[in-house]
Amino acid sequence: MADVVVEQGRLARTASPRKKSTSLRNVLGRKSTVAFFLTLPLILLIAMLVLYPAFYSLYLATLNKAMTKFVGLGNFTFLFKRETFWMVVKQSCIFAITAVIFKALIGFIVAHFVHNIPGKKQRKWRGMLLVPWVIPPAMSTLAWLWLFDPSYSAFNYTLSFFGVGPIPWLGDTFWARFSVILVNVWYGAPFFLIMYLAALKSVPDQLYEAASIDGANWWQKIWHITLPMMRNIIAITTLFSLIVTFANFDIVRILTSGGPLDTTHLFATWAFQVGIQSSDIPLGACVSLFMVPILAVAAIFILRDVNKRGNEA
Amino acid sequence: MADVALRKVVKRYDDVEAVRGIDLDIADHEFIVLVGPSGCGKSTTLRMIAGLEDISDGDIMIGGDVVNDVPPKDRDIAMVFQNYALYPHMTVAENMSFGLRLKHYPKAEIKARVTEAARLLDITDLIDRKPKQLSGGQRQRVAMGRAIVRNPKVFLFDEPLSNLDAKLRVQMRIEIKKVHQKVRTTTVYVTHDQVEAMTLADRVVVMNKGRIEQIGTPNELYHKPATRFVAGFIGSPAMNFIPCRLEEVGGTLQIRLTDRIAFPLPPARAARYNGLPRTDRLLLGIRPEHLTEAHAHLAPGVETFDTVLDVTEPMGMETLVYFGLDGTPVCGRVDPNAGAADGAPMRLAMDLNNMHLLNEETGVVL
Repeated sequence: MADVVVEQGRLARTASPRKKSTSLRNVLGRKSTVAFFLTLPLILLIAMLVLYPAFYSLYLATLNKAMTKFVGLGNFTFLFKRETFWMVVKQSCIFAITAVIFKALIGFIVAHFVHNIPGKKQRKWRGMLLVPWVIPPAMSTLAWLWLFDPSYSAFNYTLSFFGVGPIPWLGDTFWARFSVILVNVWYGAPFFLIMYLAALKSVPDQLYEAASIDGANWWQKIWHITLPMMRNIIAITTLFSLIVTFANFDIVRILTSGGPLDTTHLFATWAFQVGIQSSDIPLGACVSLFMVPILAVAAIFILRDVNKRGNEA
Repeated sequence: MADVALRKVVKRYDDVEAVRGIDLDIADHEFIVLVGPSGCGKSTTLRMIAGLEDISDGDIMIGGDVVNDVPPKDRDIAMVFQNYALYPHMTVAENMSFGLRLKHYPKAEIKARVTEAARLLDITDLIDRKPKQLSGGQRQRVAMGRAIVRNPKVFLFDEPLSNLDAKLRVQMRIEIKKVHQKVRTTTVYVTHDQVEAMTLADRVVVMNKGRIEQIGTPNELYHKPATRFVAGFIGSPAMNFIPCRLEEVGGTLQIRLTDRIAFPLPPARAARYNGLPRTDRLLLGIRPEHLTEAHAHLAPGVETFDTVLDVTEPMGMETLVYFGLDGTPVCGRVDPNAGAADGAPMRLAMDLNNMHLLNEETGVVL
């Protein structure tokens, strides 16, 4: 009897650490734990490259020009009083919204054409149409800069045959805004094209056949079948492009440097001018921070819609 | 409602001829089934009737009008697809009413038609759901509902039950038959399942390699097949084909299956085959249900023989027995209590009143 008690006691003593190691092993063995450790390097990288600069710019935005004194929201209130700031807000919105609408429209139309090109030829066209997107924008924008040259450009030379021009492509407010949007559309439309083409290919042909039999014409097929089926892709692509276009820097910087008279400045180019060129880094940080709430609102609305549709589909 | 006619209809894809000049008359209210193996051209034929495929040659007529160049939307047809092709972003009601909305029907009429079709198909409770929230059978009903609400001239079904499990398929088969009995719309139904074809059709069109092999009622095709293909395709398990030859012994015509098995032909059959050359290579076609266990009292024209069974398959209400005759695999159907067992000897009876004789080279039933 005594032997049994001793045995039981020994068993009881040894059971406790084994239990602990088993639960630790369980935690380590969980899929979520493994996933966390596998993504940890990326999380750390993002923390270093994104979160640190973000918080640092928040900190910078609260300092004075010499970065010696904490001024709280002083830089923000100062910006609100400046006319140029509101002009940049307006220009950024016009630039981003107009460019994204045209990129989406052109991408959608061209995707339909490419989708209807048979097999091998389609691959060639797809490759050619992607060229603007794969050329570094700084390089391609330089080419556009020459095309827009008021005296010797190909555009004005060609237009002269029709008795038009010369047009001050980059010297007049309207044409400068038109030009930066045009180059951005030229550069960004292939991204929409490739995304929409992939989405189009995922719409089952039988839906179109069913619609044909139901009596739909081509426009009704696009309206009732294609667009609803592509809705999520359209939303995500638009959001992504809106963010990238809103934060655009290189095209405006190379083509107009924000001119004439700051009328083509976007948040990024104006933040650069204020922060780097005018050596007011806190104010520059403050300007760039204004992009965050505007884009966050757009992202929330669009992603909420995508989520809702995703649950329905 | 309308009749449908196909005149020398051909479909070519580059060098391949998928449909080779078929002629078919489908009467008003008729339920016709196109059946055949994969690649026989049955779906292509259906799609040509729908207008989803252009025809390379010939004429298709619906209600007496040639519709070769009429787009699908103007043919007044409705089609049920294999994978249903329901619009995933629309509710059941929206799916069903889509065609009517496009044609700007009054809202009250659309609602009445959808409600009536939903009642007919027993999907009234599902009317506000999206296709994703439906089972395969329910989706199939919605697809049929979408066809019914339009009250078209012709219904086209393209293998509509292929994606359903066996039990649901039987259930939906009965549903389709019931719906046709109620709406009586001319129907063209494509399937590769001969059971579906036999159970649903007023007439069955058996297709093979782009041609029509035979058109007939299910019973005609089963009992009087025109070719070896039809005889082998219709019926499950398939008809047995046993090499044989005709002999005349003492003025009696007999059929020899092996060196030791030969049966005298019943008088009716003997009269039919009497004129055939004795040298032809022939096949005896006999269905498994005409190869049963031997009883003490045999009807005229039923002959017995002894064999050793290779394999038996108890099916409950019957047992399928497999054996060889000079290397030719043969299947019979015996009573489950007849004592059939794997490897066991058994005396079987062949009902020669239901035999078929085929030319081995041409495959024609003689």
